[in-house]
Amino acid sequence: MLGEGIVKGLIETARNFVGSYVDKDRLVTVQYPEERNPLPEAARNFPFLLYDGDDPEAGLRCVSCHICEKECPPRCIHIEKSTDKKPDFVGKQQFYPKVFNIDVSVCMSCQICVEVCPFDAIRMDKEFELSTDDRFGGLLWTKKELAKPNEYYQKIHPMEAAETDARRAEELKQTQAKAAAAAAAAAAKAAEAAKAAEAAKAGNGAAGKEPSA
Amino acid sequence: MSSPSIDPVGVDVSAEAIRAALVKGVPGCEATVVENGSPSAQHSLLLDHEHAVEAATFLRDHAEFRLDFCSNVTGVDWPDKEVTEKVKVTKVVDGPDGPKEQQVEETRKTLIPGYLETVYHLFSMEKKHGPVILRLRTANRGEGNHLPSLTPVWRSAEFQEREAFDLFGIVFDGHPDLRRILMWEDFTDHPMRKDYVPPEEDEPVMDDGCAPGSSAEQGAAGQ
Amino acid sequence: MSGKSMMEESAIGLDEQMGATYGAGRHTLKPDAEHESQILEVAIGPQHPSTHGVFRMDVQLDGERVVRLKPVFGYLHRNHEKIAENAAYLAAIPYTDRLDYLCSMTNNWGYVLAVEKLVGIAVPERTEYIRVIMAELTRFQNHSALVGFLLQDMGASGTPLMYAFREREKILDLFEAVSGARMMCNYLRFGGVRVDCTPEWLEETRQLVGRLPRFVDEFERLLRGNEILMARTQGVGVLPRELAVSAGVTGPMLRASGVNYDIRKVDRYGIYDRFKFRVPLGEHGDVYDRYMMRVLEMRESIAILEQALKEIPDGPVQDPKTKVRGLRPKVGEAYGRIESPKGELGFYLISDGTMNPYRYRVRPPCLINLTILEDMCLGLSVADVVVTLGSVDIVMGEVDR
Repeated sequence: MLGEGIVKGLIETARNFVGSYVDKDRLVTVQYPEERNPLPEAARNFPFLLYDGDDPEAGLRCVSCHICEKECPPRCIHIEKSTDKKPDFVGKQQFYPKVFNIDVSVCMSCQICVEVCPFDAIRMDKEFELSTDDRFGGLLWTKKELAKPNEYYQKIHPMEAAETDARRAEELKQTQAKAAAAAAAAAAKAAEAAKAAEAAKAGNGAAGKEPSA
Repeated sequence: MSSPSIDPVGVDVSAEAIRAALVKGVPGCEATVVENGSPSAQHSLLLDHEHAVEAATFLRDHAEFRLDFCSNVTGVDWPDKEVTEKVKVTKVVDGPDGPKEQQVEETRKTLIPGYLETVYHLFSMEKKHGPVILRLRTANRGEGNHLPSLTPVWRSAEFQEREAFDLFGIVFDGHPDLRRILMWEDFTDHPMRKDYVPPEEDEPVMDDGCAPGSSAEQGAAGQ
Repeated sequence: MSGKSMMEESAIGLDEQMGATYGAGRHTLKPDAEHESQILEVAIGPQHPSTHGVFRMDVQLDGERVVRLKPVFGYLHRNHEKIAENAAYLAAIPYTDRLDYLCSMTNNWGYVLAVEKLVGIAVPERTEYIRVIMAELTRFQNHSALVGFLLQDMGASGTPLMYAFREREKILDLFEAVSGARMMCNYLRFGGVRVDCTPEWLEETRQLVGRLPRFVDEFERLLRGNEILMARTQGVGVLPRELAVSAGVTGPMLRASGVNYDIRKVDRYGIYDRFKFRVPLGEHGDVYDRYMMRVLEMRESIAILEQALKEIPDGPVQDPKTKVRGLRPKVGEAYGRIESPKGELGFYLISDGTMNPYRYRVRPPCLINLTILEDMCLGLSVADVVVTLGSVDIVMGEVDR
């Protein structure tokens, strides 16, 4: 019968219409912005720079190695290296970025900078409501806008952050252990040297005496 | 995974076998095997211009090969290369005590002329084997940028040859509709060539009248 | 732009026009002698909702019939190939996402496969399974979206497209959970994938795949047998088998014309030889067959997904010997191809031994499937041209690159 297929289709439409009131599977949308679907942990948007502690300047993890700048496919990262050095989290003297800019109007959120960074200094943010009325300056993020504390990272990517923190703690422990060992060795060496010097002194002083048994 | 060049029936479609068949089936056809050093081992066949269309038709209609599917047409640019090598030359040099023979190191520069190339990847939909790779090379990168078109043999080459014409400047003789395809018609250069220099990019207009405090805004406010 | 200014009347003599634009053998259409008709030139697009992006068709009409159609591309051209030639091998992966932006996972796979052939990289077992799962999910969501778009082109505004997008949404959520982005996934790497899937993710996917057949049933009940759909698609835009083969048409469009050629079966790349699935074939090569191909392939994708999700082993997801960053292949070349949802997606790479590919070429299935657009559309009305174009399944990001 002509029209049978259309009627069958309309029955399906009606079923979906009614179903959308009861079945979560048939209604996947929410009323944004009042309601929001939670973002998965892996979600990514634009990069940010991590710093430890309270001071974004002193705690910044970036050592200005330029790897992300070179690997960035659309080349949206601009780094200028500092002339002086500051200690990093294990106390080693490192350069830091004097200028670190990301042009987010060029960035394509590919996460390659995060993948290639050997210092856990750059990570992806989840914030996506970033509209601005200044399309040049407002989309060029400087070090000040990019730097975010480690606590923020722990909040948005808890599992990833836990893994990173554990790895860094281990590294710190090893460095400290190594430093302690080195210090101990140095102390021992110094002690030995002092002993030897003393012994030599004593030897000199006791030149005329009989060697003690 | 089975070897890509041999189909389940067992027809040998390696570059060597195709070359042998071509030399036998197309009289006068010059085909040279171009070795490929990568682990993919997809060797290719370099054809001469005069017999290219004939050879392509032969491969398409050959009962065993039946290469009826031309999958991919690629233009490649190989610019002029200047090779510098150091050679030792014996020369007569005027020394303080008269002329003397001396070994002198000299740098010699040889110019290897460049060319443009098209690469055709052929498969068989009927026999389900492939790839067979054909190459055609132009005489040079200037005036001699002509190649025979294989569009009359495989229709799928139509847009792809137009693309090679557009982006590399290879002129395909015998193509039914050779126009630019991706760039606009007034465009003159060929962007995929290695020596292409893009035009100076227009600076973004910082003041388009929208920003607060811009001249347009002020003008509007003044009224 | 108003419709009026887009249309431009021309009074070129038909004979002159025919002689200039038609080769021998295409001279099948004669002007309507009885009514002394005049040729009307219409530019459909570049900004037109039915052209699936910025794509233009310069159409010449004799009354309602199309007597000439020239596709015009390049509005979205950004020279993807040149960008990739100036970047490292790794940096090209996010750019492949943007080729066919509905199917970034399969685009990644095509490129990664070509590089793996060029360098000779083995892929861990688990990764092969993950890749198949991602590719089939991509195929499913692409086909469901395409059916929605096709129906939209026919005038079924909204309902089928929204149903298709509803299901696609759930698949994109899965992509986001594992790769971080819904569409620009940037997930595959040479010799592996970027991150492993969690067991919870696999469980979620299993549940979703369990619900997908219900969706396809529902979709078919909505559309199959619909008289309007039949009238608009059957016998429209016929693509003969020989022309399809000669023009290098691939994918569901080729199979709708009755040619049994699926690269998953022919090349058996990845681990596709381990799965049992059928290749649906059409008979007539018309729009209806192309529509049915998509629906049937969705069902086969579900079959593959079920097998892959059952068999997926534990293990590493990245080949430890492969250098992902700073890859430097030996001098040579390789052509790798996969069956993307649109057709054969091939990548041809020439390495000169440096960090950047010397030549990087994409074989775009969408562009080559458009070669025969004119042949399919001659003699049709404008409304049917729109439907025929819809059934080709193009994404301009890939056509223009």
